[in-house]
Amino acid sequence: MSRRIRKQRTKAVVFAALGDETRLLMIAKLKLGRPRSIAQLTAGSRLTRQAITKHLRVLEGAGLVHNVRAGRESLFALDPEPIEELRSYLERVSADWDEALRRLQAFVEV
Amino acid sequence: MATDRIEKRVELKAPVARVWKALTDYREFGEWFRVKLDGPFVVGEISRGHMTYPGYEHVKWEALVQKMEQERVFSFTWPHPKSFEKRDAPVDYSAEPKTLVEFRLEKSATGTLLVLTESGFDKLPADRRDEALRRNDGGWTEQMKSIGNYVAKNP
Repeated sequence: MSRRIRKQRTKAVVFAALGDETRLLMIAKLKLGRPRSIAQLTAGSRLTRQAITKHLRVLEGAGLVHNVRAGRESLFALDPEPIEELRSYLERVSADWDEALRRLQAFVEV
Repeated sequence: MATDRIEKRVELKAPVARVWKALTDYREFGEWFRVKLDGPFVVGEISRGHMTYPGYEHVKWEALVQKMEQERVFSFTWPHPKSFEKRDAPVDYSAEPKTLVEFRLEKSATGTLLVLTESGFDKLPADRRDEALRRNDGGWTEQMKSIGNYVAKNP
């Protein structure tokens, strides 16, 4: 598989991983800084530990979180890079539309 | 932070009928969008062609026309590979995320208000996602606001 295809797939996976309210909430929690344990991520949520673990696996699969060990504890930390990539992707799409709409404007305002 | 929805509002000094034609007549659309389309837009059918934008002539155009409501709404879904560089341009669009592009027209005091949205970069329904982003990540909505301001300042 070429690097490009891998990247494209990754992007689709990242979009899918972010397309869930629970996972967005988890990312928001992790964004605040320190790595969190599954227990910490479960606290304050209506979901079970098992459900949270399942969501963590999806985020892990998309490269959005990774596991870190702190002594006997297993923690999860955020990897912001795929989100940054999506952001710059959407900024490019947005800039393309700005340009296309300027051309449309010039086209109809004759 | 970005969100998965892009919205642009443009005030055009041209009648709604004029803008409608520029959007839905495939030859006119092709002129400003810079794509050579094989034939007219038909609801439910795939529009095909290739880009004419200099340097991107190798890029295929494919869009499934969703809505054509006379002088009100024109929409289509399209695959969204964003690297269109020659070495990267995908041959097969089936694995690419599809987004919905929607043009809405409204008569305004000076001509036409055009609202463009592109959505569906992820699969979460827009209302739930926006809600989630509002509550959890002010940054995402902030980013969209700044894009809105940019558009407002650069018509």
